[in-house]
Amino acid sequence: MPSTSPAAERDVAGLGRARALGFVAPALVVIGVFLVFPAVWTLYLGLLDYSLTGAGAQAPTFVGLGNYTEALGDPAFTRSLGLTLVYVGGSAVLGQNVLGFALAWRLRGAGKVVRSGLTVLVLLAWILPGSVVAFLWQALLDRRGGTLNALLGTTDQAWVLDHPMWVIVVFNIWRGTAFSMLLYTAALSSVPRSHLEVARMSGASGWQQLRDVVLPTVRRHVLTNTLLITLWTFNDFSPYLLTGGGPNGASEILPVYVYREAIIGGHLGYGSAISLLLLLANLVIAVFYLRVLRGRTEAT
Amino acid sequence: MNPVVRTLLSRVGGYVGACLLVVFFALPLLWLVLTPFTPNPTYRASLSGVTLDNFRALVDNPQVWPSIRNSLVLAGGSALLVVALAALAAYALSRVRVPGRDQLLYALLLLSSIVTGTAAMVPLFLMLFQLGLIDRQVGVVLVLTGGLLPAAVFMLKDFVDSVPRSYEESARVFGAKPNQVLRHVVLPVIRPGMATVGVWALVQVWGNFLVPYVLLANPSKQPAAVVMYTFYDAGGQPDFALISTFALVYSVPVVLLYLVVNRRYGFAFQGGIKG
Repeated sequence: MPSTSPAAERDVAGLGRARALGFVAPALVVIGVFLVFPAVWTLYLGLLDYSLTGAGAQAPTFVGLGNYTEALGDPAFTRSLGLTLVYVGGSAVLGQNVLGFALAWRLRGAGKVVRSGLTVLVLLAWILPGSVVAFLWQALLDRRGGTLNALLGTTDQAWVLDHPMWVIVVFNIWRGTAFSMLLYTAALSSVPRSHLEVARMSGASGWQQLRDVVLPTVRRHVLTNTLLITLWTFNDFSPYLLTGGGPNGASEILPVYVYREAIIGGHLGYGSAISLLLLLANLVIAVFYLRVLRGRTEAT
Repeated sequence: MNPVVRTLLSRVGGYVGACLLVVFFALPLLWLVLTPFTPNPTYRASLSGVTLDNFRALVDNPQVWPSIRNSLVLAGGSALLVVALAALAAYALSRVRVPGRDQLLYALLLLSSIVTGTAAMVPLFLMLFQLGLIDRQVGVVLVLTGGLLPAAVFMLKDFVDSVPRSYEESARVFGAKPNQVLRHVVLPVIRPGMATVGVWALVQVWGNFLVPYVLLANPSKQPAAVVMYTFYDAGGQPDFALISTFALVYSVPVVLLYLVVNRRYGFAFQGGIKG
């Protein structure tokens, strides 16, 4: 094969179309079967009355949009939807975002010890396995012997039972702030020092510098970060390990609701319908995210 | 307000804020650091002496090592499969021009961030149930591999793209066959990229709770992430000596791997299937 032909230029390794296809095929098959197919299948399953036990197990019947109307009529579902919004809004959009930005902003000027110490702690909260951190928080908040009660001198204060939503929101802020902090640290380092210098010389306070110089520069990063942490928090199952969705569903966010309905309750058709709603919500967030990214690469 | 007082106040405020943040982030971690070494461990994080007795609970418990082994099997199996399939695909996609390649990659990446273990729990469960793969570790490995592959292909293709084509060209000029080029030229060059992706996949699966929790029923097949929640005595009281030492042993590899990868390649480590 002459190495100067255009075909060889495109194919320096001499793979050839057929072999290249053979290289790509195994990955595509696994992705197709275990990622694409389940998502598509959900569309169909959600239209069935399909259960693991009982009448629906023998012969699934077609119920059209019945599962969706049932969901909308189920107070447990609408409550779960509301709790999910509170959880995502409170812990990710507000909590992780604001705390992550504040940490990135304040740590720039901090001493080396404070900066590296705090960074290590925040990062540890993020990289430790989910099962471990969930138990750490159980130990912290335990009703009788928990560290928090011991520190505050309160006895028999059952944090998890009395304030389940607060617990999972604060927990997720603790757990996930690291990502926002890292992203904003990188973003802030791209703000030209001279701009801040000029602002300071002309008498701008720290707050004014932030508003007039920094925020316009990192606006896109804020959007990117918010979308990513929203997507992750929305799909987060770890509150289940802390509260189990309880007491009485008071912290039952949608992932826990689906788990209880479909896997525990065996209502697979109904669970699929809810799953499809989750997938659609994910799709909206992800498409929005990609549009933001594309806008950024075109702008630069 | 007097500017001196104001500066002083804001400085004090800054310190108090920093202290509160340190307390907030450190407090839950204290238990993990102290409890494995304290005599008579409880929920409360304290150190009333130093002992290694708690680790005896770890050694004596018959579930500990099988669960760690299961974690290794799941994480190692998924990581190997992800790296092998992703490397092949990434190489071919990087070197042979296929129409619509970039769109395909983006579509797959988009899909993998949408079809999470949480959102696709029900169809995955039902599919494995009907395939007879429920309660089998190979099912968990395949599901996790499918979720991690798009991001892995994406990362590795970036890596392969940065390797000069002249390497392969010169090897072929000297008469190397495609197989030899692959084995002796390409593989050594992209090995660091494969290692990074492998570690990334390993950590993702090692920490995953939901997927094995839903797809495996038999406790003897469960990985450490799930088994940790079964260490309770008959009265429902946790076995603190066991849980604390187990949590430590189970966490240390993740922290070490993170340190290694972070030192070499910087951040951008997490993502993919979560939950």
